[in-house]
Parts: sequence; C-alpha cells; structure tokens
Amino acid sequence: MTFGKYIHAPGRAVASLGLAAAAALTASVPAFAQNAASSAPAAPSALATGAAEGAALASGTGSYTPMKPVEGVGMPVDGGIGLQTQYSKLGEYGAWIHDGILMPIITIICILVLVLLVIIAVRFNRRANPVASKTSHNTLLEVVWTLVPVLILIGIAVPSIDLIAKQYKPAPEGALTIKVTGNQWFWTYGYPDNGDFEVISNMLNIPGSPTINNGVREVGSRPWDGPAHLEVDNRMVVPVGEPIRLQVTAADVIHSLGVPSLWLKIDAVPGRINEKVLVIEKPGVYYGQCSELCGAKHAYMPIAIEALPRAQYNAWVLTHAGGEIDGQKKPAAVPAAAPAAAPAADASEAPAGEATAEAE
Amino acid sequence: MATTADHFQAHSEDHGHKHEHDHKPAFFARWFMSTNHKDIGTMYLIFAIFAGIIGGLFSGMMRVELNEPGIQYLDTFARWFGAVNPDFNSTLHTWNVLITAHGLIMVFFMVMPAIIGGFGNWFVPLMIGAPDMAFPRMNNISFWLTVFGFFSLLCSAFVPGGTGNGAGTGWTVYAPLSTSGSPGPAVDFGIFSLHLAGAGSIMGAINFITTILNMRAPGMTLHKMPLFVWSVLVTAFLLLLSLPVLAAAITMLLTDRNFGTTFFDPAGGGDPVLYQHLFWFFGHPEVYIMILPGFGIISQIVSTFSKKPVFGYLGMAYAMVAIGVVGFIVWAHHMYATGLSVNTKMYFTAATMVIAVPTGIKIFSWIATMWGGSAEFKSPMVWAIGFIFLFTVGGVTGVVLANGGVDDVMHDTYYVVAHFHYVLSLGAVTALFAGFYYWFPKMSGRMHSELLAHLHFAVFFVGVNMIFFPMHFLGLQGMPRRYPDYAEAYAHWNHVATIGYMVMASSLVIWFVNIIYAYVAGRRAADNYWGEGATTLEWTLSSPPPFHQFETLPVIGETAHH
Repeated sequence: MTFGKYIHAPGRAVASLGLAAAAALTASVPAFAQNAASSAPAAPSALATGAAEGAALASGTGSYTPMKPVEGVGMPVDGGIGLQTQYSKLGEYGAWIHDGILMPIITIICILVLVLLVIIAVRFNRRANPVASKTSHNTLLEVVWTLVPVLILIGIAVPSIDLIAKQYKPAPEGALTIKVTGNQWFWTYGYPDNGDFEVISNMLNIPGSPTINNGVREVGSRPWDGPAHLEVDNRMVVPVGEPIRLQVTAADVIHSLGVPSLWLKIDAVPGRINEKVLVIEKPGVYYGQCSELCGAKHAYMPIAIEALPRAQYNAWVLTHAGGEIDGQKKPAAVPAAAPAAAPAADASEAPAGEATAEAE
Repeated sequence: MATTADHFQAHSEDHGHKHEHDHKPAFFARWFMSTNHKDIGTMYLIFAIFAGIIGGLFSGMMRVELNEPGIQYLDTFARWFGAVNPDFNSTLHTWNVLITAHGLIMVFFMVMPAIIGGFGNWFVPLMIGAPDMAFPRMNNISFWLTVFGFFSLLCSAFVPGGTGNGAGTGWTVYAPLSTSGSPGPAVDFGIFSLHLAGAGSIMGAINFITTILNMRAPGMTLHKMPLFVWSVLVTAFLLLLSLPVLAAAITMLLTDRNFGTTFFDPAGGGDPVLYQHLFWFFGHPEVYIMILPGFGIISQIVSTFSKKPVFGYLGMAYAMVAIGVVGFIVWAHHMYATGLSVNTKMYFTAATMVIAVPTGIKIFSWIATMWGGSAEFKSPMVWAIGFIFLFTVGGVTGVVLANGGVDDVMHDTYYVVAHFHYVLSLGAVTALFAGFYYWFPKMSGRMHSELLAHLHFAVFFVGVNMIFFPMHFLGLQGMPRRYPDYAEAYAHWNHVATIGYMVMASSLVIWFVNIIYAYVAGRRAADNYWGEGATTLEWTLSSPPPFHQFETLPVIGETAHH
C-alpha cells in the first residue's frame, strides 16, 4: 500500500508553503490551490471560495485568520513511535517521566528477563545439564527480588505523584475560563469571560468519503486546514502562555477531551463539570480526538486547539457576535478598525453558514 | 472427609479399577445431562474454541477495516448483521458492535470458559485426588448458562441497538451510552448475556471453592496443593466476590433502561461515574481471573520440563493470593480520566504499582525454577517460556499506565490496547495453548505432533507481536482506541498490525491441523508421557483417565512435593 493516496496531501501542501504571516496568505493561496487541485480534483469549487475568502480576510485590518498548523507539531507524525512533542510544562514533565524514567526501567527489565531466558535455554537444557538441581528455596534471593522492585517502584512513584500534584494545582483567580461541552458528535466551546459566545466545532468532511457532517466544508478547502480526520471548521482558540481553566462537561453521553501534545485528557461527563488547567507554551494548532466511546461517530469529533498571542486572541473574540474583551464589545484601542472589523466578523463566522450552501 | 473416602472405597470394591466398567451413559445423557467433571471440562473447551473462533473472526473484521484509513468494509459487515441498505451512521455503529462483541466474547466466552471451565474442571479434581467436583449437577448448569449467555449475546447483534443493529457500547457498557444512548433491545440482550454467564461463573466458583477446600485426597494439605489448584482457588474467590457487583451494576443499567430508574442518570440525581466504579470493581479482579489460572498452568509446565520442583512454592502461592487481594483495591486506575480527586488519583497510582511486586515474584520464581534445571524444550515448555517473556512486556507497560499523571496521555489510546492484549491475548491465550499442549494427550489419549506444536508457537509468536507491538507506537502517538477510521499518520503501523493478524491467523490453522493429526494419526498417549518431571496426580492415571477416577483415594505422603 502506498502512503499518501489519502487526504493528507493538503496537509503536506500547507507545510511546504511554510508558516507565513497572514500577509503572505494571498500569495500562498494560489500555490496551495494548485497543489491540492492536483491531488483532490473533487474540491475545486470549494477551493475557489476559500481563496476569495482568504483574500478578503487578509485585507481586513485587525481581523483574524485561522493559523496554519506546522507539519508534525501538535499532531501525530507518519510512522512515529514515541510520544508527540509536548507544548506545555506539565506535558514536558510527563514526557520526561515517561522517556527518562519509565522507558529505561521497563526496557532494562524486559532485557533482563530475556537474557535470563536465553541463558537458561543455553546452559540448563537436557544436554548441557543432564542432572537437574533440586534447589527450591533461597531466602536471600527471594527477599532481594521482592525488595528491589519495591525500591524501583518508590523511585517511580516520587516524580509520578509529584506530576499528579502539579496537574491538580488550581488555576489562578482571573484565569480565562472556557466551557467545553461534548455532544454526539461535535464539541462546543463556550467563552463566558468574553461575552459568553459559543463556538460549535465539527470535523471537516473528507473528500471521497461519505459525508460526516452535513453542511460542513471539506478538509483542504482552506489554506489553513490541517490533516484530515483532525481538522475542524471552528477551532477552540485560546491565548498562549497563560493559564486557561477548562470546564468540561457533556450534553448526552460521556466524551473525553484528549489532546496528546498538550498532555491533556479529561472526560466530559453529563451532569458533572471536570476542571483542568491548561498552559500552552507556544503559539500553534494542537489536535486531539474524542477519547471515550460515544456512539457511531466517535471517531469523527476531533479537537483542534489554536493557541494565539493575546492580541490575536482578542481579535478572534471580536469576530464573534457578542464577543467581549474585559466586558467591552469594542475595545477603545481599535475604534478606526471597527467598521472594517464588522464585515470581517461576518466573513469568519461564515464557515458554519457559508458551508451550508457549499455542501448543498 | 472420612465418610466420603469410605464411600468411594466401597464403590471401588464393586467395580475394581478396570476402565471397561466405566458405565458411561448414552450419548444424550452423557453430554446434555452431564455430571462428569471431565466431560463438562471437554464441553467447556469445545465451547471456548467455538466462541474463540467467532471472537477471532470479529477481530479479523476489525483489522481488515483498520488496514487503511477510511471506511472500506463496515458497510458489508453491517449487512451481515441484517441491516438493509445501512446509512453511514449504522455502518459506523457496526464497528462499535464488533469491538463490543469481540471484548465480551473473548473475556466471558473464550478465556474464562477455557481456562477455568475447561482446564479447571478437568484438572482440579485430578490434581487434588478427588473423584469429581463437589456439586456435579451445579457444574452442568454452570456450563449451560454460559452457552445460553453466549447465544443471548449473538442474538443482540441482530436486533436494533440505537443507531444500528447490535450493542455498540464497548464491553464496559458505560452509561449513559448504554442507557439513553442505545435504545432498542440489543443492549438488553447483551446485559442478559452477562447475567447468564455471570450466574454460571458464580456457581462454578462456589463449586471450585467447595471442591478444593473439602475434597483433597488424604495428606494433601493446602500447602501441598499444586500451584494450578492454588490459582483456581484464588480465582474462584475473585469470581465469587466480584461478579455479584457486576450483576448489581448491570441490573441497575437494565432498570435505568426499561423501568425509569435513574441510578446513572444525572437528570434524576444519578451519576454515570457510579457505574464505572461498580463496573471496574468487578472489571479489575476480572483481569486477574483471566490470568491467574494461566500463572498456575505455567508453574506446572515450567516445573515439569525443568525436572525441578517449583522454586519458592509458598512465595508463588501467596503471591497469587496477594495479587487477588490487591486486585480488589486498584479499580479506579481504569478511570484516571473521569475526573477523580487528586487524593484518589494518588492513592490508585500507588496501590496499582504495588501489584508489580507479587507479579515480579512470579516471573523471577519461574526463572529460578528453570535455573539449574535440565530443561526439555517440548512444546508446552516453549509456549510457557514465550508466556513469561510476553507477560513481562505486558506487565511493564502496566507499570507505565499505573501512573495517573502519565496515563493522561495514554488513557483510551492504543497503548492501553497493546498493554492488555500483551497480558491477555499474548499472556492468557499463550498460557491456554501451553496448557493445551501439556494436557491434550492426557485428555484425548492421543499425542499431538510436536513439530506442528512448535511451528504453531513460532508463527503465533511472530504474528501476535506484529499485531500488538506496533500498537504501543500508535498509542504513544495518540491514536484513540475504538476508532474505525484514523488520520493518515497512523496508517503505517496499522497496516503492519493487519499483516500480523494474518500471520497469527495462519498459526491457528496449524493448530487445527495438529488436532486433526492427533485424532487421525497420533500415537496413543502413555500415562505419563512427559516423564520424570511430571509429578502431579493426573500423571498417575491413564490417558485419557477413566470415566470415574480415584475410586480409592490416593494418599499423599509426608515427603511428597507439589
């Protein structure tokens, strides 16, 4: 089987274009369109719309354009065998415990057992050792192989318990709260600190595959789209570098908010609110997937978290009807941009609305 | 005890030890109204093989679908389950039916019937020198409840279960997906299936405990029992204490589904997480129920072929007791992502790691048993050594997953799938095959082909490692479990795993050929075909043993070792 015959072509195209600022977007769109059109002939009309909209967005001052993900950042890598690179302090700590403590220990134990078994096969077979010993007890040996594992486990438990303690450190007062709700089969992200608007996040449809979400565009139809199966129409946008208080619940059955590159997994349980503090170190797009069986389309409700510097986050907030920064709908700093921002807001809200027309 | 012994001695005077005088009942009475532990054990084994083939086919259907990204075959599978022109959602639902059925079948209708019902029934009475189980008729009803439980589960695949036919809840049957999330009778059939199988297992557990505590031959103290009997005794206690909790939990599911109660529905003051606590209070001991008898089998085999007594016998026996006891107080490590409090998570992290200590004692004691031995690498020994290595791999990833903070990134990913298949599919199943080749000639009276048995092992070993080792990589990369479709980046290792499945499946063909060979051309098995290392009581009997054995109870001498 050949890798690459599926829909990852847009993702590769995005990476090959490099991560350019929003200003470069207009230039990169045609290149992307060419790349994608050659691999996914089914989507040209959608691409055209995307290019037009991208241009419109880029021209608007103070507007928001979704960020392009970087290949291999915040997403699995092809044929990868280790943990995803971590982009939170807790994640780095957890990855260090796994890669630096647990993996060496378990590898050594497996090799030890294997070596002992090989020695037995060579030295204690019928030919090499015709008369079996009758040894059946050795108190010292038994005490050693009880106590040494205990000591090893204590060595593991110290950083492990420390990690748990750090994970449960509550968010500081005034931290941004985001309310995450799992639904069959999409996520909604509420922003109570920014005017209480809500973002509905659906997985993008995959060209050539049955429609997953009616009225949602296909992956690869916008220049910022990440890998198929992971990209969504509206991402959960968060400010980078500051603590975010995630309050997670579900509307129907249990779901689970899991993002591997942020060391994040917390169940969304109906009737409960689970809280988790998240601090993302670097701007970027981080992908995850629902991690608790939730029915038919369990595999089709990914999570995409886009971490932006505070100013761009604020710009994103203001693209939403009812979006507020510090209780103000239009910040005093950009009064001139307000007339321009309003149409821009319409444009970026469009994916949900406009896609309806697109999907017909 | 004395009266029982007298009774059987009196009986033996009537008939002597001639096998011709076995008084086997006619076919229907023998197999459908059976009270003979060996016949019931045989039926359990045949049933487990049958169920295992179905469960294995389901995993083959899953692996072929996972061969590449996208949905290729589920639509066809949905039609097999009776869907007419299934829409996309009911196609996807079929995936959830497959994972649910695979899990339930392999746990309740393959591993448990084979290792406890099959080998337990066959060899516990033989090894303790008892003529039969304590409650022969209850033994029979245990078996038939399991069979009807299985049929109930099969029925569920063909009736509506929400978005499509069949129960698509996962083997854990979490509420509210299994209550408000799955209308239709499929989940009710599934729950009924667990009720039947659970009742059968509880009766089986009572039977084993009574048999082992009361029917040991004169002189066989608890500390002289073979380790396989110890393992079944511990397992029976685990069954007896954990299954009623499962029965309660799924009964509450049933009433939530059908009679308007709200045990697990927050709208009525219930809590979905309560179900998880109840389920895993059963579910964690359940994984030891599946593996402990395997430990016992491996101990017998390692000792037999090394021609040495088991190293650290008491340590081995009480390690199993310790695993059983600690196994009851670690359940919430299956729920690290549910939103446990910080203290709960720390406790379960620490408690779970404790289990590694008795498990380590077992691994090292097996190695010490072989150390200094004069090992013959007959097929059961090869399977047993394979078990020790594979179980070590599965065990150490368990230590990784025990860490609540680290589990945040691995919970519900393929890393977990790799872990529990290494301890179950590669652990329990390898132990089952080891036990099969160890005892098959004893049960059938015919020798299998050692060549085919070794070949079976080699191909199986390569196959299962190809299936499950790459799953560690997928899990670390973040691929969630229970997904029929995945991002392109996961394609490589999924493809490898699917090839591994085909290798593993071909090893099973070798196994079936070997069974046919044994019956068609196999040599007649001697009483003790493994020679001097095989010292337990079943080797004092003919192969196959007489229909009723130990009509004169054997007496275990002071010096006899286990």
